[in-house]
Amino acid sequence: MATAKGKGLAAAPKKAARKVRILVGKPGLDGHDRGAKIIARALRDAGVEVIYTGLHQTPEMIVSAAAQEDVDGIGLSILSGAHNYLFPRIIELLREKKMGDVVLFGGGIIPDEDIPKLMKKGVDRVFTPGTPIQEIVDYVNQRIQPRK
Amino acid sequence: MYDRKKLAGIATGRKEWQDEALAPSLRKSPERLRRFSTVSDAEIGVLYTPDPLSNFDYAEDLGYPGQYPYTRGVQPSMYRGRLWTMRQFAGFGSAEDTNARFKFLLSQGQTGLSTAFHFPTLMGYDSDSPRARGEVGMCGVAVDSLKDMEILFDGIPLEKVTTSMTINGPAAMIFAMYLAVAEKQGVPFQKVGGTIQNDILKEYIAQHSWIFPPEPSMRIITDILGYCADYVPRWNTISISGYHIREAGSTAVQELAFTIADGIAYVQAGIDAGIPVDRFAPRLSYFFNAHMDFFEEIAKYRAARRMWARIMRERFHAKDENSWKLRFHTQTAGCTLTAQQPVNNVVRVALQALSGVLGGTQSLHTNSMDETMALPTEQAVTVALRTQQIIAEESGVANTIDPLGGSFFVEQLTNEMEEKAMEYIRKIDEMGGMVAAIKAGYPQREVADAAFHFQRLVDAGEKRIVGLNAYRSVEETPIPLLKIDDRVEKQQVARTKEVRRKRNSKRAQACLSALKEGSLDPKVNLMPLLVDAAREYVTLGEMCDTLRETMGVYTDPAMF
Repeated sequence: MATAKGKGLAAAPKKAARKVRILVGKPGLDGHDRGAKIIARALRDAGVEVIYTGLHQTPEMIVSAAAQEDVDGIGLSILSGAHNYLFPRIIELLREKKMGDVVLFGGGIIPDEDIPKLMKKGVDRVFTPGTPIQEIVDYVNQRIQPRK
Repeated sequence: MYDRKKLAGIATGRKEWQDEALAPSLRKSPERLRRFSTVSDAEIGVLYTPDPLSNFDYAEDLGYPGQYPYTRGVQPSMYRGRLWTMRQFAGFGSAEDTNARFKFLLSQGQTGLSTAFHFPTLMGYDSDSPRARGEVGMCGVAVDSLKDMEILFDGIPLEKVTTSMTINGPAAMIFAMYLAVAEKQGVPFQKVGGTIQNDILKEYIAQHSWIFPPEPSMRIITDILGYCADYVPRWNTISISGYHIREAGSTAVQELAFTIADGIAYVQAGIDAGIPVDRFAPRLSYFFNAHMDFFEEIAKYRAARRMWARIMRERFHAKDENSWKLRFHTQTAGCTLTAQQPVNNVVRVALQALSGVLGGTQSLHTNSMDETMALPTEQAVTVALRTQQIIAEESGVANTIDPLGGSFFVEQLTNEMEEKAMEYIRKIDEMGGMVAAIKAGYPQREVADAAFHFQRLVDAGEKRIVGLNAYRSVEETPIPLLKIDDRVEKQQVARTKEVRRKRNSKRAQACLSALKEGSLDPKVNLMPLLVDAAREYVTLGEMCDTLRETMGVYTDPAMF
């Protein structure tokens, strides 16, 4: 996908050619965006290119924004209890669009017992209440690279 | 209030104490912290004395309970006459599940009901809408039509119990369904008492359960104000809410300022719609957060009463005393609860609840210890209710009115709170009022900045939270959590489809056509049309979709 954009830039290093791009998303109907906004700001301050979807997004809207913005990772914030539907549905749609290599992580009100199930389905990491912001910034820096 | 000469003496005495006693002591052992501040990061001094209160006038600034400016309370006898209403916010799963929880709470001594709707209802979607997938019954009770409302209040006498409903975007539609249930129970509208939150402005600022853009939303609200003044006089038409603004991360001053500014916008809208102020203002009420900083919160409630009284009398020229009184509900701060060592949350809630009571609240919700993880279990909600009962019956704080009145610290904090909040209000007035300020993104940005600042303080360890960044446990002891049955969604979807099949579809369609037509004419009051539609089992989603067509929809500007 990215190769189509370049024209004879073979000399330029492919890695670090651009900043890491992260989509911070609020799927579902819950209106709690305090956490999502704090994460979005902190990532931006840490040099990440952040696209914030705003509230009330359907899984389709999130995945289409992720494709359009050509992001490397998606961070979802869910505080409505609908995580067991929303995470797997977004993974399904990403795979349909051949974007299975986009790293999906998230956080919110997610009971501990649901976390292994979500990770098995392909969520890379789930952060629970009380996580320091720096931990999330470090995770993004270490785990997520610009996609080829 | 104080003798000027004596005050000067106190100021001198204070200076001497600082130089001769405090300073040497601090040289030997310095203070624990570089700077002492409230949870809102407002600086707090070492000692409060009467000298800065030289302009303080007892009659003007405090007065007596039940009298202008109501700083000490809105009723003459306060809790010696009647305790605050213990009102636990409840709603999960199906209408049957929540009805059972309501009956349980009433059997445990709760004195009013408070309904939490699930997100699809809050956003004006039926449970069978694609937008509702995965959300049905999760964060509240699913209500799609009058059928659900009938089950929700089955066996609960609506002429005796008052119900508060947290509903904003679709407040008018849910209120219409509630009135239709009351009618079926044989209760005349004149006797129906309760509250709808119906505070759309704070939705744009903080809670984000909106449907329509600000202008049509304000029109629906003034329709409700006019309708209730004529037909449902005991109904509290708007619960002007700071709670969610605070939960979104604002400071105490911002909570106070933006909430009162919202109140000003509603009063102005009512007057502009041609309703005399004293016809609707007495039924406006407030809803504040009880956050962790004990004295800051008490000062906030006291300042709120005084500010509202002055604004209503001086700015809006209300003549009825009931228009001047700021009555309020309080809920303890959900955002202060920790997932770590969750039993500690019982203590946090007790302190927060105590601030609400010392601040003179009219009703109170105490959060359950498990609420950072799930909706509360029956056991957890019982402890939360018992916390209120212990404060009421055992602590002695309800024996006298405004026991902290006259505290040098609390009075100065109350004054500062009012001054700082009035600065914000002046700024919002200059922007053209709250609707204009919201459109400019002003309060949203202020709140997001404060939230970010606080998070940085916590992460830096400058604000300490037990179990989180101080006194952590290696081993966490899990507590039982409420699980919502996956079958709720299927059953609810089936019920709503059945409602649509069984009703008289011609009459339902006619109601929707009338609603659409009415929405195009600003002189028409939409409330009677919505009550008609509710009676015919028109669903919430259908009513809202019809109005979405004519009024438009609001979407998140997605600023961060």
